[in-house]
Amino acid sequence: MAKKRVAVTGVGMTKQRSSRPDVTGIELINEAVRAALDDAGITRKDVDAIVIGNMDHFEGINYVDTWSVDGNGALMKPIMKVCTGGTTGTTVAMAAYYHVASGLFDKVLAIAWEKNSESDTTGAIITAFDPFWDRPCFAGAVAGLALEATQYMAETGATEEDAAYVAVRDRKHALLNPYAHLHINLTIEMVMESPYLSWPVKMGDMCPRTDGACALIFASEDVVDEFPHRPAWILAVADRHLWAYTSDPYVNQKMVGGTWFPAMEKATEEIYSKVGITDPLNQFDLAELYLPYSFAGLRYMESLGFCDRGGGPELVRSGATDLGGKCPVNPSGGVLSSNAIGATGLLRVAECALQLQGRAGERQVPNARLALATGFGGCFWSDELILGVDKPEKPRG
Amino acid sequence: MAEKRKDLIKISSGEAEQPFRWSAGADGSKFLTEIRDHKRFMGIKCPKCGKVYVPIRRVCGPCYVEMEELVPVSDEGSIVTYTVVQFGFVDPSTGKQKPVPYCYAVIHLDGSDSYILHFVDETDPEKLKIGARVKAVFEDDDKRTGSLLDIKHFALLDQTG
Amino acid sequence: MEPVAIVGVGMTEIMDNHLASNYADLVFEASQKALADAGMTIDQVDNVITISNDFFDGRTISSMAVMDACGSYDKNVSTVEGDGTFGAFYALMRVLSGSYETCLVCAHHKGSEGVMSLITNAMFDPIYERSLGIDAITSAALQARVYMERYGVSEEECALVSVKNHGNAFKNQVAQLPLKLTVEEVMASPYISDPLKLLDCSPVSDGASALILASKSRARQITEKPVWVKGVAHCCDAFHLGDRDLSSTRALEEAARKAYAMAGISDPGREIDVVELYDAFSYMELMWLEGLGFCERGEGGKLTSSGETAMDGRLPVNPSGGCLSGNPVVVAGLNRIIECALQVRGDAGEHQVEGVRTAIAHGINGPCGQSHCVWIMGGEA
Repeated sequence: MAKKRVAVTGVGMTKQRSSRPDVTGIELINEAVRAALDDAGITRKDVDAIVIGNMDHFEGINYVDTWSVDGNGALMKPIMKVCTGGTTGTTVAMAAYYHVASGLFDKVLAIAWEKNSESDTTGAIITAFDPFWDRPCFAGAVAGLALEATQYMAETGATEEDAAYVAVRDRKHALLNPYAHLHINLTIEMVMESPYLSWPVKMGDMCPRTDGACALIFASEDVVDEFPHRPAWILAVADRHLWAYTSDPYVNQKMVGGTWFPAMEKATEEIYSKVGITDPLNQFDLAELYLPYSFAGLRYMESLGFCDRGGGPELVRSGATDLGGKCPVNPSGGVLSSNAIGATGLLRVAECALQLQGRAGERQVPNARLALATGFGGCFWSDELILGVDKPEKPRG
Repeated sequence: MAEKRKDLIKISSGEAEQPFRWSAGADGSKFLTEIRDHKRFMGIKCPKCGKVYVPIRRVCGPCYVEMEELVPVSDEGSIVTYTVVQFGFVDPSTGKQKPVPYCYAVIHLDGSDSYILHFVDETDPEKLKIGARVKAVFEDDDKRTGSLLDIKHFALLDQTG
Repeated sequence: MEPVAIVGVGMTEIMDNHLASNYADLVFEASQKALADAGMTIDQVDNVITISNDFFDGRTISSMAVMDACGSYDKNVSTVEGDGTFGAFYALMRVLSGSYETCLVCAHHKGSEGVMSLITNAMFDPIYERSLGIDAITSAALQARVYMERYGVSEEECALVSVKNHGNAFKNQVAQLPLKLTVEEVMASPYISDPLKLLDCSPVSDGASALILASKSRARQITEKPVWVKGVAHCCDAFHLGDRDLSSTRALEEAARKAYAMAGISDPGREIDVVELYDAFSYMELMWLEGLGFCERGEGGKLTSSGETAMDGRLPVNPSGGCLSGNPVVVAGLNRIIECALQVRGDAGEHQVEGVRTAIAHGINGPCGQSHCVWIMGGEA
């Protein structure tokens, strides 16, 4: 069978909330699944295969794929679980993409979810790392990101206030997204006055802990016309999961040939060459980036080629990444406004699809035709997907 | 707020735990033994690119070759980056609240080409800086058990010294 | 389906405790063996799929630990949580998509490091089931009881599977538990959870495995003995044990139906030459044989008693010794595929079945074989 072109044709999500004690994980999954099926105008019967992802220890469920059958709709269907940490949601999207691209399945349901309220998120993140080398000293995601922030400020001269601009931007965007978890009209002063969690990272710089689920329908080029919304085509996918130990990613130029965030830069090089991106700031109409904390919104712009190294603060302060700017970043409000960790990557893809379909409501980017979605996780791993309105001339992977 | 509803029940996992006995592997065991018995650091050297890795691992990722040669690495090094942890959290290894504030840092040991993560005995961000020199401080002889915590922390060295 | 081939395979020895190696070390050993078997270098591998399970490894995102060892540096890589047959299925789709020419698949498991009853208890629903203490063994006992009662299958018939598979393991160099047994000895072994006795249960194991898939054109360049994937499908049944007829194999039947259709097989009993299936417990081999269509429902015991599934029978089943002789969970399904590939190539050594042209491998996810994956492989594209 020949390789197929693949599009997102249905989008469903729960409202992202700090805690959903009114539903079990299975019921939370089901909310998103039903929303996606309804949105795509199909029923469970039409689904050929299902991909699901989350992180086992956030809910303490082993074999989530088989446990959640009542909610995920996989009864007497093929279901597969994938998991790569923070990148899980984008990993789910890529797995669904390959299910369809292989020619084996026409309509695939991709589900990503997390109920972070059900466990100690920091504890579960610490146990992701090596029991001998990393765990005795590691203090979870906040502190691990703080290490990056310290290094970034020292190498570029960026300030804590520069980072605050990212948090303020994403939270402002979230005010336009009824599905976002935090609706706070944040100011620079509020971020700067918020308490340090792990110097130099403050409360206002960090993402929340969220309960939420997201489900998308991926469809083959052969069946996209059956759906009510125009297809959001997946133009390419790429990822790099380079490291195994938590201390590995803090590389300096001496050790990794002048690179800066090697996993992201290598994935970016691959995916840009597949799609022909040479000037991302001008070519992309929007970007939904997995920015787990504010400093990422400076540094990752540089690794994604939106500006030169050290140019992140100027780019963000210029307003080019605000809604209404040249290339709005995180019109959904991003991870800084909602972070149900397993779902987070898929929500980035979902927002790109909604924008490309012209269905993003108050936060719609006018005439959006090309969008970048990223996932971040593990040891500074990077997943990337590019979506577009125009059907690709040929399948590109 | 949904959180405050009294009619919704949550089931606790209670005292349940999932105990594990992870293998440090042959080379990792040697590293921990050297620390425990001799307060010495070892790294492992890639036969292809020559990089010396601490933490020890069997495979050089970029070269994809097996490493066998253990080489001595200094107990002194420099700070690659650091943070001062100020939020309280439960340490999953002990089940207890970890005392804050404390500093932990990515440390580049002299003679190695990778980094380890450990504590530094300074919690004032103003006194810490990238590139600052540090030296390992070990637990007392009767308290070392063959764990990374046989190293109590790294001490900031006087910049003039 | 566009032909895709298995071009290299590697397995570590399956042991009760690989003390000198952590699981990343085991992945490296298995991956190196698969590369050597294919005569490839890591540079010739386009992308990598790892297979792991956070509970068994006692780590969140436990695939992180193998990112050096699996050779995925600067390559696209992803991770499937679940049995190796499912992980390999993702790899197959990546090659079929045309995005990649080759894919390395690796899986690891160190049962020696955790507590299996607690880990498998976590497969069950925390609100309705877990506090009852149910785990993989006690749930399997429920299934065994329902199956045996419904079809009049005897404990002796199940015991025969254990005798056969442990005996086959003597000829497999990587097997953990070759045992010379009699039905009487199996019957005399202590009950673990009635009707399951110690020798009806697979052991706790450590091990890793890897295989390399390649597109049609690449496969022919890499090896003279490509093993072609003819059909693969998987299917999932209901979760709550009370929602399922535990004596039914309908999910396996559906997976097998699809896989046979892809492979153009209409009479599996006649067209399949060897079977490697997931015999985590002895009764499972009987049930899965029925689900795969090798006999009528409830007839698995008779088929086994007739000797047809023995090494020298008409349809050898688990010539490797099966999971009963070494069960590194999640690796185990990948091992079934690898064993079939070796059989098709004629490279299975002492446990080679003569004249194998088509082989079938099978893996499961979830309690009591809730989700099944079926692979059909052959020597011709």
